Amino acid sequence: MTTLNHSDSAHGDHRLFGLATFLVADGMTFAGFFAAYLTFRAVNPLPDGHNYELELLLPTINTLLLLISSFTFHRAGAALRRGNHPLCQRWLLLTALLGFSFLAGQMKEYFALPFGLRDNLFASTFYAITGFHGLHVTLGGLMILIVWWQSRTGGRISANNPFPLEAAELYWHFVDGIWVILYGLLYLL
Amino acid sequence: MTISLTPEQNSGSLQPQGWLRYLSFSTDHKVIGLQYLVCGFLFYLIGGALAGAIRTELITPISDFLPRETYNEVLTLHGTVMIFLWIVPVVNGAFGNYLVPFYVGARDMAFPRLNAVAFWLIPPAGLLLIASYFFAGASQSGWTAYPPLSITTPATGQIIWILSVLLLGGSSIFGGINFIATILKLRRPGLKLMQLPMYCWAMLGTSILVVLSTPVLAGTLVLLSFDIIAHTGFFNPALGGNAVVYQHLFWFYSHPAVYIMVLPAFGLVSEILPVHARKPLFGYTTMVYSIMAIVFLGLIVWAHHMFTSGTPPWMRLFFTIATAFIAVPTGIKFFNWLATLWGGKISLNTAMLFCCGFIVNFVFGGITGVALAQVPFDIHVHDTYFVVGHFHYIVYGGTVFVIFASIYHWYPKVTGRLLNEPLGQLHFWLTFVGFNLCFAPQHWLGLNGMPRRVAEYDPQFTLINQLSSAGALLMAISTLPFLINVVMSAFNGTPAGDNPWNALTPEWLTSSPPPVENWKGEPPLVHEPYGYGHQPGELSLEATSGRELWTLGQTEQR
Repeated sequence: MTTLNHSDSAHGDHRLFGLATFLVADGMTFAGFFAAYLTFRAVNPLPDGHNYELELLLPTINTLLLLISSFTFHRAGAALRRGNHPLCQRWLLLTALLGFSFLAGQMKEYFALPFGLRDNLFASTFYAITGFHGLHVTLGGLMILIVWWQSRTGGRISANNPFPLEAAELYWHFVDGIWVILYGLLYLL
Repeated sequence: MTISLTPEQNSGSLQPQGWLRYLSFSTDHKVIGLQYLVCGFLFYLIGGALAGAIRTELITPISDFLPRETYNEVLTLHGTVMIFLWIVPVVNGAFGNYLVPFYVGARDMAFPRLNAVAFWLIPPAGLLLIASYFFAGASQSGWTAYPPLSITTPATGQIIWILSVLLLGGSSIFGGINFIATILKLRRPGLKLMQLPMYCWAMLGTSILVVLSTPVLAGTLVLLSFDIIAHTGFFNPALGGNAVVYQHLFWFYSHPAVYIMVLPAFGLVSEILPVHARKPLFGYTTMVYSIMAIVFLGLIVWAHHMFTSGTPPWMRLFFTIATAFIAVPTGIKFFNWLATLWGGKISLNTAMLFCCGFIVNFVFGGITGVALAQVPFDIHVHDTYFVVGHFHYIVYGGTVFVIFASIYHWYPKVTGRLLNEPLGQLHFWLTFVGFNLCFAPQHWLGLNGMPRRVAEYDPQFTLINQLSSAGALLMAISTLPFLINVVMSAFNGTPAGDNPWNALTPEWLTSSPPPVENWKGEPPLVHEPYGYGHQPGELSLEATSGRELWTLGQTEQR
């Protein structure tokens, strides 16, 4: 990009700070959804025969997958900082694998559920929130694949330029954290 | 991927350098600021024409000028255009982008390309919205888009409206992130937070509100679009949904949106008053705390828009009290401005007149606001013209007056030429008289029960409505001297020099118009942006340019 007029090097790199601010905003979208879900639950009782016990096993496994993936991403970052590109790539691939396994699990759950998008208020809210989160996981998974490609030895990402990896990592931790809240509110509560 | 260019290489940059740069994907914060301003003003003219259509329809009690559906479309477009395409982008994006980098001593915003993206989301969103009127029929459910109305009115226009507002919300969030990063992270070394000009604090507070509340509206509108397209029942009582939840989520954004529109105006007034009254801004610290208090309280008062929506008593009590509390920091700011004026060497130029007009209008709008926060009164006037009058006193009498004041104040900085004073005074008086004639009678209409958003009304209200429409005509006419002034002065205006107001804030300590990276040398370190009335030499200004002005004892020469 040579279209820049201004010397970005004149000040420090604030891109992670900017991303964190964006994630606060993104988190507020989820907060709005959660608030709507809790209010619906409190004041709009479902019609008879529309109350389900959600299956807990698969979502719990999914929660564990995401938590482990946060850890593996962290390991990838640590490997990069030591300059070990092959190890970093291996951890990243494992992270992506865990992320896509989560999505597969989510799909399996969707197809097994006894309700559809329009069945009742709970069903609609359930699909809207988990779907919005699934969209985040999908984007995150693609990001990890891009970062994986770029962190090969001699690639764009290195110990000197770790920003894309750090950004993807911050985003991924955020998505995982949101899932933990989602799991607590939609499945456990 | 960023490449840093030294100033010499800039001339060879791929960015257009002439007037064409205003139509380009420029990353220069000053270019982007002007793009916001001009684009916003064009939408203001469109929104004004729509307001003209509304006031023309309301000259007579029957629906004769516009069919009822068209009237609904026009009032929806008027509200949406004025809020999302004129006031929010201009008072934040335009002045924020132009001034904040100067004020923090930076050469640009923290994320210049994100900044350009944020601006370039606006024209397509605006054109989409306007085009929906011609090709599909615009949304008819008002700028609030309350369900079930928004679910039952024609779907195409409503979906386009949602899409457009989502784009504008994205633009707003990107802008907010940029302002927060710029103000917190890009300050020149040695410049402390509590030495920043007040507009920075206002923009910081506003951006916090933008980042916290806009995403909630975005999520809500996505759910609303599901209700319209996929026939889910989130907000549709007929399908077991809850329309009041939409109202809560909508106002969680849209009440802070009032502060998103008005806090930057507070900041701009705090910049303009000290310069033209030649006095330091009174009570700097209390101003800062007041802004932050308004930010906090602004997030917890939203349900005062919903007293007729079956809100439980505890909720009414809480939101009434929280709303009344906002009057305290706002009142502090007003007394501070009055104290700034008190005993000052006031030059009553157009910028100052518009600021004084702002103070008068906003105090009135603020008082009716506190009245509206009281449940019994609110239930009486809810959804009447009283609310319309109150709202326009805040956003037009408040913010738009400040936008005009700011244009008169900073035009010499942007163009190097002064605006014509007599034309400016004519503009002010036409606007001030027209505005008050248009909106003051609407309070009376509301108190007597005329509902808003209806094309027809009881014939007993005819005379007052005609008065109001006459005021609207004056406001429309007032745009003419302004337009003539802005265009003519760009070519024939009196050359202003670098600092025609002898101001101390950093944007004046460079040439007019400023060079691409704001200062030829190092950015000046301004510890006392409001150090007016000091003895020359007493100031601890270490500006590298413009310093001579203050040490040569010319500070008070007017």
